[in-house]
Amino acid sequence: MEELLKVNDVSMIFGGLRAVSNFTMEINKGELVGLIGPNGAGKTTAFNMLTGVYNPSEGEITFEGKLVNGKKPYQVTAMGMARTFQNIRLFSELTVIDNVKIAYNMHVQYSLAEAVCRFGRYFNEEESITKKAIELLKIFKLDRFKDEMAKNLPYGEQRRLEIARALATEPKLLLLDEPAAGMNPQETHELMEMIRWIRKEFDLSILLIEHDMSLVMGVCERLYVLEYGFCIAKGLPDEIKHNKRVIEAYLGEEVS
Amino acid sequence: MNSIKKHDLATLGACAVLFAIVQTLLFVDFIGPFWELNIILILINVILSVSLNLINGYTGQFSIGHAGFLAVGAYTGAIITVKLGLPFELALVVGTLSSALLGFLIGLPTLRLNGDYLAIATLGLGEIIRICILNIEYVGGASGLMGIPRFTTFAWAFWITIFVIFVIKNFKNSAPGRCCLAIRENEIAAETMGIDTTKYKVMAFTIGAGFAGTAGVLFAHYFYIAHPASFTFMRSFDILTMVVLGGLGSMTGAITGAVLLTAISAALAEYPEWRMVIYSLTLIILMINRPQGLFGSKELSLKMFGLGGSHNGRATESK
Repeated sequence: MEELLKVNDVSMIFGGLRAVSNFTMEINKGELVGLIGPNGAGKTTAFNMLTGVYNPSEGEITFEGKLVNGKKPYQVTAMGMARTFQNIRLFSELTVIDNVKIAYNMHVQYSLAEAVCRFGRYFNEEESITKKAIELLKIFKLDRFKDEMAKNLPYGEQRRLEIARALATEPKLLLLDEPAAGMNPQETHELMEMIRWIRKEFDLSILLIEHDMSLVMGVCERLYVLEYGFCIAKGLPDEIKHNKRVIEAYLGEEVS
Repeated sequence: MNSIKKHDLATLGACAVLFAIVQTLLFVDFIGPFWELNIILILINVILSVSLNLINGYTGQFSIGHAGFLAVGAYTGAIITVKLGLPFELALVVGTLSSALLGFLIGLPTLRLNGDYLAIATLGLGEIIRICILNIEYVGGASGLMGIPRFTTFAWAFWITIFVIFVIKNFKNSAPGRCCLAIRENEIAAETMGIDTTKYKVMAFTIGAGFAGTAGVLFAHYFYIAHPASFTFMRSFDILTMVVLGGLGSMTGAITGAVLLTAISAALAEYPEWRMVIYSLTLIILMINRPQGLFGSKELSLKMFGLGGSHNGRATESK
């Protein structure tokens, strides 16, 4: 299998705190990998290192063989990694369709002069961006809200819009930070179906951070478990389920 | 997409009609010199508020040093025509470009700041520009640069204003403009969408500063003089007030704000003792009742009144 993302012995140190220590992970093309762990285990820190928000203190991250360390978030996105946020970060005062159109920005060819003077490629490209955005919204059943302000959408739709927006950047690896946060079991189930379907439809790899065990166990093919910044276990969901260290991390040690 | 072109042409037509009407009224002396002066001032203020709206309203970078760029444009333009004896057209171009260049140079370091810090930095920079000019003997120092010929006519001011409005409107409705809006809405999310936030912030700042320079050239070449006292931070606040009054992030709001405040100020010229009182009261009442500004971030358009047509035409008609 082709290797897409490689995290090699990476640590993140804030002053005296090692938020993530010697973390190693790899994601192959087409895989659906989960990153789990109790609160404060360093999952989001790990995520932020992958997406360029933090520059790792030690170690190396490569994406398709290219170094991610020291890249800015927008450069990482241009390399083909897109993410969503734990707390939704939509462009809330803009319309739903504009949210998606903004994400197509990287693929816009026309120049500033063409945009301001309205000639050349401007009209054709604007048309094709709008068309693409509407198609993407249709896939996520959001097209009927297209002229609505993003902030006026119901919570579940906002989550879907955030995923749609991330997909509009045309990524090879999609990073989802707790997509099921605040969802009820029914919605979580739907989300699970959607994640599987996205991977197939868009032919990409997915890394998922999640609290919700049922979601993770149901959808991920491989798991990494973090606790206090250390990776305490990795493997198939079934192995993780019965791993003593993981049970201890989540439920506490057994009293002897 | 043809409908957009038609829409633009219709707006342009409406502007031409408006121009013809005002020009005729000026020609037959129906509009006297006092209101002629104020019409020019309104147009200059429209350029300023629309260009500041690009920075503050669209990109969300709170800048209050716009008078500094106005000063740079005014002085550069005056040097071109007075000291070097070159044509007014060249003064417009050079004034705009030098102001834009300064905006670019200042923008690169300061736009790393945000919120209050950026406001303080731009306020300081506006003052630095003024103090520098105050101490340059070549441009007259504290007594100002005098003897500037009056090249600015109603036609120049009007068509440049329309040009600036069109450029900024088209900018907003394009990919770079959407990037600026995204930065205003959520900078972190914008960055993860592949937007180089620094680049677009500096771009908006440079364009805004450049047009403030254009306004400066028009200003200096109408009032015969470029004087440091015209470019204090109070002038920056005036422009900011117009933008906020109209509604941050609304082009028609910025235009209406500029027209309204300049007109009120002119209409009250006969009652100098009451002028500031009424002016301030207007602002206070408006801010209490509509803290988001007259239009919020919405655009005024004829569609609002159930008619087809253009918002620019409508807003300029209110002049």
